[in-house]
Amino acid sequence: MRVLLDAESVSRGLRRVAGEIVERHRGTEGLVLVAIRRGGIPVADRIAYWIRELERRDIPVGSVDITLYRDDAATALPNPRIGASDIPCSIEGARVVLVDDVLFTGRTVRAAIDALMDYGRPRRIELAVVVDRGARELPIAADYVVRSAEVGSAERVDVIESEDGLEAVVQAVTIPTTPPGRSSS
Amino acid sequence: MSEARLRHLLGIEGLGRPAAERILETSRAFLEVTRRPVRKVPTLRGKTIVNLFYEASTRTRTSFELAGKRLSADVVNLGGSSSSTSKGETLRDTVATLDAMHADVIVVRHAASGAAQYLADRTRAAVVNAGDGMHEHPTQALLDAFTILQHKGRLAGLTVAICGDIMHSRVARSNALLLPLLGAEVRLAGPRTLLPARTEAFGCPVFDRIEPALEGVDVVMMLRIQKERLGGALFPTLREYSRVFGLSRARLALAHRDAIVMHPGPLNRGVEISDDVADGSSSVILDQVEAGVAVRMAVLYLLASEPGQPEVPA
Repeated sequence: MRVLLDAESVSRGLRRVAGEIVERHRGTEGLVLVAIRRGGIPVADRIAYWIRELERRDIPVGSVDITLYRDDAATALPNPRIGASDIPCSIEGARVVLVDDVLFTGRTVRAAIDALMDYGRPRRIELAVVVDRGARELPIAADYVVRSAEVGSAERVDVIESEDGLEAVVQAVTIPTTPPGRSSS
Repeated sequence: MSEARLRHLLGIEGLGRPAAERILETSRAFLEVTRRPVRKVPTLRGKTIVNLFYEASTRTRTSFELAGKRLSADVVNLGGSSSSTSKGETLRDTVATLDAMHADVIVVRHAASGAAQYLADRTRAAVVNAGDGMHEHPTQALLDAFTILQHKGRLAGLTVAICGDIMHSRVARSNALLLPLLGAEVRLAGPRTLLPARTEAFGCPVFDRIEPALEGVDVVMMLRIQKERLGGALFPTLREYSRVFGLSRARLALAHRDAIVMHPGPLNRGVEISDDVADGSSSVILDQVEAGVAVRMAVLYLLASEPGQPEVPA
């Protein structure tokens, strides 16, 4: 296991991302953060924290579970646990920033966009991630990235909570739980 | 690898606690889906679910139909009333036909106990028992457990009184199996003529008067008096039944102050339950209906999302 981003780098990167978000949207009006369960939740919480520090404003933070929207729902891992989605406010006309830890094939984001659309019609959906590891299988791109990195296909990238904060780590894939084309990140 | 496989849902008997808990946990996510603006997820797109109802049942059939449709499955309703051949032949021919049509799940309601098992032995599809004779009605028990969980936050340590026509009730039977499995204590109460001959088979205390059964309970579950099942000899009149065994506000006062009142429906108002109790603040009867769709979505999802070998990890 090697560290791709230590806790300080993640923290600094997410503060920058928070700044880019409020800059692009000229404030926080109509802004909603929606984390992709479960890896996106601690990331969204920290972006919301930095937005609060910058703007002195709280913005709504929700989460979506994409299990039911996977394109491989019928053939994926045996019945993955489904978490309940939690969208705290109407997203009709809102500017939603989807938040995830790692962007890989793009399939999770595709599913998250579908899930989100079932709650209403946002005016705009953007994507913020900690690590963009490339190897996309769908035409999807992130709007806000802490770090882009080339990572071999035999390795996996995780954002983990250490005692110092969030860290991005790379480790060898030991159990082939994600066959090609069925990756969930 | 200790994994309880859920190939069919034929009854609570043989289901096991991990599988039951998995269904209830999954149901929570589906309850959220049923409360969204768009109450539909694409999960079972391309799957076919057949509702095979040999007994009339608007509520259960509608609940399963909605559950399937909200998962984006194709749902077909078949009634068995038009068939005049003998039961065995009908079922066997029907199941062969449904297999040829590549049904993924068959939901069956039948007057004969064991019909669901009979089907399960002969089909490639997953089978859900939606009530077979006086045997079991597992999704009703699961939705009852789910409703209790929603209101009480737990099942362990709760006392549940199930009152009414215990002898003919598959709902009572499935609940008497499921609730103790999840840590609740069950009491059964009914007029002596409506209790099974061997009450010890249920393994829980049995009362032939309703008052002692209600003493301090957390949940009161009233059963429907099935007029169509009774020849008339088992109790004198509906009025007499209501006087001796109906749940009135006065009787409900015997239960715990925060007790909830449940009923599988449809209600015989003024018979097993009075209007003021059915419509009162303790009643969670409509919550049961809402839970029914979520729990059936969970069951269909767990059975159909993996063709051939659905699994429920322990």
